[in-house]
Amino acid sequence: MEYFLTEQQKTIKGLARRIAEEKILPVRAELDETEEFPWAVIKDLADSDMFRVFIPEEYEGLGGGCFELCLVIEELSRVCSGIAVSYAASALGCLTLLEYGTEAQKQKYLPDIASGKRLTAFALTESTAGSDASAIKTTAERVEGGYVINGTKQFITNGGEAEIYTVIVLTDKTRGARGASTFLVEKGTPGFSFGKKERKMGIRASSTRELIFRNCLVPDENMIGKQGMGFIMTMKLLDRSRPGIGAQAVGLAQGALEAAVDYSRQRIQFGHPLISLPVVQDILADMATRVEAARALVYAAARTVDSGAKNFTEESAMAKVFASDTAMKVTTDAVQICGGAGYMKDYPVEKMMRDAKITQIYEGSNQVLRNAIAIELRKRKARRE
Amino acid sequence: MNIVVCLKQVPGTTKVEIDPQTNTLVRQGIKNIINPFDTYALEEGVRIKERYGVKVTVISMGPPQAEEMLREAISTGADEAILLSDSTFAGADTLATAYTLARAIHKLGQGDIIICGRQTIDGDTGQVAPELAEMLGIPFVAYVSQIEEIANGYMRVQRMVEDGHEVIETPLPAVITVVKGINAPRLPSLRGITRSKSASIPVWTAQELGVDKSMTGLSGSATRVIKVFFPQRVRRGEILQGELESQLESLIDKLRDAKLI
Repeated sequence: MEYFLTEQQKTIKGLARRIAEEKILPVRAELDETEEFPWAVIKDLADSDMFRVFIPEEYEGLGGGCFELCLVIEELSRVCSGIAVSYAASALGCLTLLEYGTEAQKQKYLPDIASGKRLTAFALTESTAGSDASAIKTTAERVEGGYVINGTKQFITNGGEAEIYTVIVLTDKTRGARGASTFLVEKGTPGFSFGKKERKMGIRASSTRELIFRNCLVPDENMIGKQGMGFIMTMKLLDRSRPGIGAQAVGLAQGALEAAVDYSRQRIQFGHPLISLPVVQDILADMATRVEAARALVYAAARTVDSGAKNFTEESAMAKVFASDTAMKVTTDAVQICGGAGYMKDYPVEKMMRDAKITQIYEGSNQVLRNAIAIELRKRKARRE
Repeated sequence: MNIVVCLKQVPGTTKVEIDPQTNTLVRQGIKNIINPFDTYALEEGVRIKERYGVKVTVISMGPPQAEEMLREAISTGADEAILLSDSTFAGADTLATAYTLARAIHKLGQGDIIICGRQTIDGDTGQVAPELAEMLGIPFVAYVSQIEEIANGYMRVQRMVEDGHEVIETPLPAVITVVKGINAPRLPSLRGITRSKSASIPVWTAQELGVDKSMTGLSGSATRVIKVFFPQRVRRGEILQGELESQLESLIDKLRDAKLI
């Protein structure tokens, strides 16, 4: 399919693919097994300027948008979405800063993020607040010279490894979602520590940890945006980031499709390669069609985000939902085609199937996002559009 | 301080075919790559640059298409690239190659550390770097596995020897060859690729280098490739005939004759 990529976009995609094949492929199975954070690959990504892709030029970035970020995530996920998500989470962790930060905040943090010297993370989820994100309980109390944060964040990607955390807290408990604010908290701040590292079904090379705040004092200048705007900024930010999860799912599905095609060309049963059997052709054709449809939707959504449109909740939700459901279906089919071999850890597709599941869950479960799409449909009808 | 890294473009394949008429490599349809050993030399040059803030210049003697490789070198961190290309350079052996490279380094004016790969994967001689040092009249250290320190006109390196490492101190300028274990070569960077696309890569011809043409290319080569061939595969199997017992007896005799039993 022709997606009319610019020269720069082709370069980004091509280099991301080279990194994935030369640096990630040799280590992905081992990192999946050991659950070790992929620092060596992060360094390779940084050396190749991949963290500059989503940072504006005035802060030592390359000035790309959601679309360029998606191209990198897709290519990395084609080989290992556990490593891809560690990269993508660093983009998520600085999106609020990029959109709503002051000049001083951006000057202070963005150049180090662009160079890959410091990773970031985004912290919203708590034990009582998943899909119902407004139910967070972590508080920030106003004191002389700043705010004191108390509470625990859960399931935080890049937790423990990142240096800069974007944390959503309540500055006014009585106002619910309207009482939320966003703070930047640096690793090493007194009162900020890390809880247990989670053991996961998939994306095991990525780090997922609790963030624990006990009387953690952060200065006033670490607040991003206005007090009370935390929740609204977060919802808008997630609309921006969701095509990235879609890209992760597309990359994963593409990797699984290629593995299934390779296997079915080599595997001989009934005297023929599997790929010459109509039942297998049927599955492969559907897989390929679904992957391409998901890619087209994700690219279109990412371009909508970059177009300067005001509201793209629906588009980005559709891209994430469709692509993640595609990844789950396609990776499951890939295991089916590879049969007993596909179920074994010696082949990559079982990992891809485990990795796919999370894309239906995080950054808005597909159920919550379908709900959001339906609300937009209803609103539009009410506006008689 | 200036670093010069010498690179060679080689066929990117292990299935080399030889044209039986000309005894040269069949290059058609084969993608060219940077000689893998040279990628360690380039990476080491870029690391020295990052450590000491020096300039890295890459040079290569080769046909015009070697420019593509030089651009890739710029995209991975080299500052400048120069291609030494002239029809009279063709067919050079190690002596003529070293002479041409030496003239280029002389023309560059300064090269404090000249880094080469330990050998190429096509010629496999490993002779160009020592010959180059000889022609430049400067010290040479082969098989460097670590650069420990560069200071005050000296460099301390570790070099691999058969059963361990030697630590060697050499005055600069000097020529070194590096081994595979010295580093893990990086991939290009996006900013590097952008820079490499617009970089101008000068081509130095025989005239610009002011070389003595009787010392370059085929005419300057002290050696000639007379014949290139694949060793004949000889399988001398023997099938024993007759009754089983007599076969066994003759087998035992043969094994005894061969002193295998």
